[in-house]
Amino acid sequence: MSREQMITIDGNQAVAAVAHRLSEVVAIYPITPSSPMGEYADAWSAEGRANLWGGVPQVVEMQSEAGAAGAVHGALQRGALSTTFTASQGLLLMIPNMYKIAGELTPAVFHVAARSVASHALSIFCDHSDVMACRGTGFAIMAANSVQEAQDLALIAHAATLESRVPVLHFFDGFRTSHEVAKIAPLADEVLRQLIGDGLVREHRHRGLSPDHPVMRGTAQNPDVFFQAREAVNVHYQRMPAIVAATMQRFAAATGRRYRLFDYCGGADAERVIVLMGSGAEAAEETVEHLAAEGQAVGVLKVRLFRPFCGSHLIEALPASVRRIAVLDRCKEPGAGGEPLYKDVITAFAEHLAGGGAKFAQMPAIVGGRYGLSSKEFTPGMIRAVFDELEKPAPKNDFTVGIDDDLTHTSLDWDSGFQTAADGAARHAVFFGLGSDGTVSANRNSIKIIGAETDLYAQGHFVFDSKKAGAVTESHLRFGARPIKATYLIGDGQAEFVGCHQAAFAERYEMLAKAGHGAIFLMNTPLPAARVWESLTREMQQQIIDKRLQFWVIDAYRVARDCGLGRRINTIMQTCYFALTDLLPTAAAIDRIKASISDSYRAKGGSILEANFAAIDAALDHLCQVDVPAAASSEHRRLPPVPADAGDFVVNVTGEMIAGRGDRIPVSQLPVDGSWPPGTAAHEKRRLALEIPVLEPDLCIECGKCVFVCPHSVIRSKVFRPEDLSDAPQGFRWLPAKGKEFDSGTALTYQVSPEDCTGCNLCVEVCPARDKSNLSRKALNMHPIDTVLERERGYWDYFLTLPDHDRRQVRWTTIKGAMLGQPLFEFSGACVGCGETPYIRLATQLFGDRMIIANATGCSSIYGGNLPTSPYTTDAEGRGPAWCNSLFEDNAEFGLGIRLALDEQRRQAGVLLENLRGELDAELVDAVLSAPQADEAELYEQRQRVAALKADLEQRGGEAAQNLLSVADALTRKSVWLIGGDGWAYDIGFGGLDHVLASGRNVNVLVLDTEVYSNTGGQMSKATPLGAAAKFAAGGKRVVKKDLAMIAMAYEDVYVAHVAFGAKDIQTLRAFREAEAYDGASLIIAYSPCIAHGVDLHRNLQQQELAVASGHWPLFRFDPRRAAAGQNPLQLDSKKPSIPYREFAESEMRFGLITRMHTETADALLAKAQQDVDDRYRHYEQLASLDYSL
Amino acid sequence: MTIDLRTRYLGLELKNPFVPSSSPLSKQLDTAKQLEDSGAAALVMYSLFEEELEREEALAQQLQHHQDIGHGEASSYLPLHGEYPSYRDDYLEQLQRLKQALDIPVIASLNGTSAGGWVRHAESLQQAGADALELNVYYVAADIDEHSDAVERRVLDILVALRGRLSIPIGVKLSPSFSAVGNLVRRLAEAGADGVALFNRFYQPDIDIEQLQVVQRLQLSSSAEALLAMRWIAILHGRVDLSLAATGGVHTAEDVIKLLLCGADATYLCSALLAGGPQRLEEIHSDVCAWLEQREYQSVQQLKGSLSQQHCADPVAFERGNYIELLGNYQAPASVWR
Repeated sequence: MSREQMITIDGNQAVAAVAHRLSEVVAIYPITPSSPMGEYADAWSAEGRANLWGGVPQVVEMQSEAGAAGAVHGALQRGALSTTFTASQGLLLMIPNMYKIAGELTPAVFHVAARSVASHALSIFCDHSDVMACRGTGFAIMAANSVQEAQDLALIAHAATLESRVPVLHFFDGFRTSHEVAKIAPLADEVLRQLIGDGLVREHRHRGLSPDHPVMRGTAQNPDVFFQAREAVNVHYQRMPAIVAATMQRFAAATGRRYRLFDYCGGADAERVIVLMGSGAEAAEETVEHLAAEGQAVGVLKVRLFRPFCGSHLIEALPASVRRIAVLDRCKEPGAGGEPLYKDVITAFAEHLAGGGAKFAQMPAIVGGRYGLSSKEFTPGMIRAVFDELEKPAPKNDFTVGIDDDLTHTSLDWDSGFQTAADGAARHAVFFGLGSDGTVSANRNSIKIIGAETDLYAQGHFVFDSKKAGAVTESHLRFGARPIKATYLIGDGQAEFVGCHQAAFAERYEMLAKAGHGAIFLMNTPLPAARVWESLTREMQQQIIDKRLQFWVIDAYRVARDCGLGRRINTIMQTCYFALTDLLPTAAAIDRIKASISDSYRAKGGSILEANFAAIDAALDHLCQVDVPAAASSEHRRLPPVPADAGDFVVNVTGEMIAGRGDRIPVSQLPVDGSWPPGTAAHEKRRLALEIPVLEPDLCIECGKCVFVCPHSVIRSKVFRPEDLSDAPQGFRWLPAKGKEFDSGTALTYQVSPEDCTGCNLCVEVCPARDKSNLSRKALNMHPIDTVLERERGYWDYFLTLPDHDRRQVRWTTIKGAMLGQPLFEFSGACVGCGETPYIRLATQLFGDRMIIANATGCSSIYGGNLPTSPYTTDAEGRGPAWCNSLFEDNAEFGLGIRLALDEQRRQAGVLLENLRGELDAELVDAVLSAPQADEAELYEQRQRVAALKADLEQRGGEAAQNLLSVADALTRKSVWLIGGDGWAYDIGFGGLDHVLASGRNVNVLVLDTEVYSNTGGQMSKATPLGAAAKFAAGGKRVVKKDLAMIAMAYEDVYVAHVAFGAKDIQTLRAFREAEAYDGASLIIAYSPCIAHGVDLHRNLQQQELAVASGHWPLFRFDPRRAAAGQNPLQLDSKKPSIPYREFAESEMRFGLITRMHTETADALLAKAQQDVDDRYRHYEQLASLDYSL
Repeated sequence: MTIDLRTRYLGLELKNPFVPSSSPLSKQLDTAKQLEDSGAAALVMYSLFEEELEREEALAQQLQHHQDIGHGEASSYLPLHGEYPSYRDDYLEQLQRLKQALDIPVIASLNGTSAGGWVRHAESLQQAGADALELNVYYVAADIDEHSDAVERRVLDILVALRGRLSIPIGVKLSPSFSAVGNLVRRLAEAGADGVALFNRFYQPDIDIEQLQVVQRLQLSSSAEALLAMRWIAILHGRVDLSLAATGGVHTAEDVIKLLLCGADATYLCSALLAGGPQRLEEIHSDVCAWLEQREYQSVQQLKGSLSQQHCADPVAFERGNYIELLGNYQAPASVWR
């Protein structure tokens, strides 16, 4: 195929482009890394893009993957061509329907971006554990190993399923293939038509349910026939391999690309062979070519059709010379006698030999190994290690490769420096960028340019951060004359170009390790070329000297600023990359970059285009080469990732992970059950803010609002006695604490942790105290961090040494008082200005020392529980929230289970106490059993009593005492919190949540309502408001937001609150305290502005105000205790809508997008939304005015 | 007797001097049509704002690039978007609709302060059929380092950039904040302007003393504001080689007549129409005709400039005049406490 016909896209898009054209009904649900397939399908249908038959596929988002599978099943049963996209837990939720779809012999294809299934931890990265869980469903399973193959096998799967009636699970590796950008030959409609026979489509349609020729399907069968009926499908499964093989042949005839059920690569005389599937097979092929060229008799067998597994095809595909085989599985089946593919290969050989062994007279030595779990790197060095192992007299079985298993010694050693000749011949570049600086998009663009302008093949792979604020991205780019099979990251010493787009990263990451000898190192720095050298660490200087790097610098921020591009540096850095390398003539590259930008903006980018063009033209004038001295001179060394005194585990494990060296941590050092210590986020000190808030004590009115709104818990308050400040650093700020609750002479301070602050500005925004003579000066003002860092760091360190206020003395009913509570959730990885985290922080301040949190999967589980560090922490007593994430869909049930266990343990403790009453202090027993524990003072006393009881029990022997000891902690009141987003509460977990609310059990549900699936990138949920655009609702949502509060209130005994802290903080505080105090189920629905709303989150608080003022988010509390007291349980806490809904809507791009794209529709939707908020408020008003005194 | 109301403004033959100026009334076809039916001689469209164009660019930029935060689970936060009509496209479409629906000339309006990329959009306005273009340089010279020369240069630069691109007439709507209005107008004429509209009103910021915040409020003009334009039109009439329009504070027939007497070729109406509706134009039109008829004028041409500085008995009245006497003789209304 000529260069012009090739395209450069990622795996998800390549697959979606086939699936969308071959489907009539697409049912979807977001899950990483497969979400983009659904997003493409939805967007294409919204644009009116047709399928192969001229119809626009209906794309419908369901409430869960189980729902999506159900909808697909239904569509298939009516005879429509239907598909879905999913991964991991999502695929697991589809399994029941997959059995049905396969059992009913229904042609369908599920496209899966393979991802680890959560076990000891969740992982969004790739392995085959999800796919392997589907082996029993009856779906055929096909594996694609590259972007090209993912596209091609997608078509082959759709064609084969129609002919065979066996549904197909088509999978490719998550991220490695789904997100890799590659240059591929696309499939024209014509090719699709050649492969998909309309006759087969008609047959499928004809089998669909119809009252015109009715059948019964899905009957209940009994012992008499179920078994036989199950066996009746056999003939279809027997035919399936041949049908797939024939389809592959037809595909080859149409495209020239030849696939087989098992593709063998390597010498015809190979003795050692690796069998595997997925992207790792590409790296294996590349390695085999290299080793074969060295004269080694090796080969690799790529499995393409894993189910139905056809042993005879496998035997046929292998050379007869094979003596030793390593079967590599990208999954772990604990307790099994081997992983699935390994056992299938063994079985194939056993059956072959049992059948006479026409090809192999002897059983080869077959060993199984695991690799690549959760996208662990799988490199040529590791592959060679496997071949080397096969050469040993007794190769290790059940081995691992890619890790250091110093516990059970399963791992193979490998040479991390080994590089294949093919990869050595390719060109490599690595870029380190900030998530928001556009580095990734510019690199995608560079790949497209090179893909389009040269005959080179191109590959782009991107490594993302686990944090959302200040995320670092790594771009790995390869270009080569041959198709690129290097399905692994660019290794140390291999890059000919290293781009550092943020000077601060140079110190934090070992980026120069990637640079090869003589490579180009380009750094974006504000320093002039003459001063850059001295700013580097000694380690970097030495690397530059040792590797003889060409060191170039540019102040890209300055160029961007001067050209009116703000902080957008990506095209400037991209231009420098092309200028410093010879991939394209510089002038041609610049023309192409400009053309791409013009294409992107079309008619809408007048001055942006000019600014970009000017920046591109100016870039090379600012590019300077740095003279590299002969010797390193810097006194400045790389700082350790965590303080040396942080404790062994934190230093050896957490610290290494922070430093990016987690791959090297051996098995023995890791927790066996997924338990990690809390409080480690405080060690990270990521220093993200350019400006931080500084207190002006003369203006401060001690309202505490700054602490309340802080999304990262970096601004804190404490009270103390000034005379205790004898050792305070000079200038440490404080002011006299006002209020009757404080003894006279008490002082108060607000202090910021400068290195944890993200610079979101919300504290300054909310600060109500202003200088009467200069209204722009507040009690908190942002200052450039460089000017205040050292001083504020000293203050913060000192602040931490001050004792926390006695919780018994805190006036929890006021914002000022409550904000004296220590946040036990701090420095999370949430976005700058996050709208969710202040609610969690508040809960931990109020109840953190007795909280157990069940956290639904989503943003809150990612910023709350994504390693390397934990934002949940402990107080001086060592108490703090215990946190666990079960799943996305089951969080309410999971939390209820915790409640039930606590209640049962409390009951057992009561019984055991009664049993031991005679031996114990009777007064103590009575006090423990009758303690109300309603406030902090009572809680304190109960803790004292339980401590005394435990001390007593510890002294005693005997089973009864020991048993009581084991449940004694349940005697102090615990607070169970079920936290999650709207995707959980409104959609996937709604059934469970509804059930838990109806249980009457004492749980506190906190719904962080961002009105979209935030974590997976802003897909529509049932919380999405009418008229807003979201992914999967590209044309704007057409139905109103579900009123979850009203549903919960219908139970009458559920405490319900609708809160928005930015609009009315005191109402939020009251709601949290009332909810927790209520001895029953409580539901707090918390409005949480999110970047997915299309607003800059420095406007977080204003957006909440607008949401409340427009009636979009009425504030209210429904307290069943009031009804019992003869009062109306519902209290409206916000006034009638006082601004037009449009005013709120126009301030957010999620609505604005629809206004721009579909003005008339948007007008109608906004008019309906206005009507809806007015009606809703009236309805609430009427409910709140009902007389309960009768 | 039929009075000949015809006048020429921006090289366009107008049936009368009543021109509804840039306002939201041109956003709807029916109000535009009502204006024409009420006697409008031309229509200045609502403005295509530089800021709006920039905002749109920012939106495009956000949609294109700014969604990525570098997290693996989400490479963007808003749906993929196809083509959508731009603000400029909407404007062009409305211009074309107006051109089709109306018989009177339609003057497109560009509002901005720099000679940047947005100026390119003027060409598409011409292609879409605009009969003329009005440039509104709504610029507050708040940078005290910026010299008055540079402020004037800014206007001239934009004009020159437009002149180089357009063949249709160009008018410039000026603010009153120039130290030498007359000289600037002459230089604009030399640089190719076909007319000027005097004067643009700055919407003045206000202060909310409850919130202690600066707020923006739209306040409609009053007739008193027309006096400023009156003076300068009187001074310029006959001295500069371009046509003159009066804008700001034209509410009544009386205002129109005064301005014509001073030499205005056209009188812009905005606040009067926003407050009184398009039909207000009909009333003013008929009042002006009645006045002319009463005094037996045969044409507007006859009236135009008859009391300009060149033609009035007391030319000094348009300059420092007798302001010392005026001030000295001022008496506050009886109801005012002193």
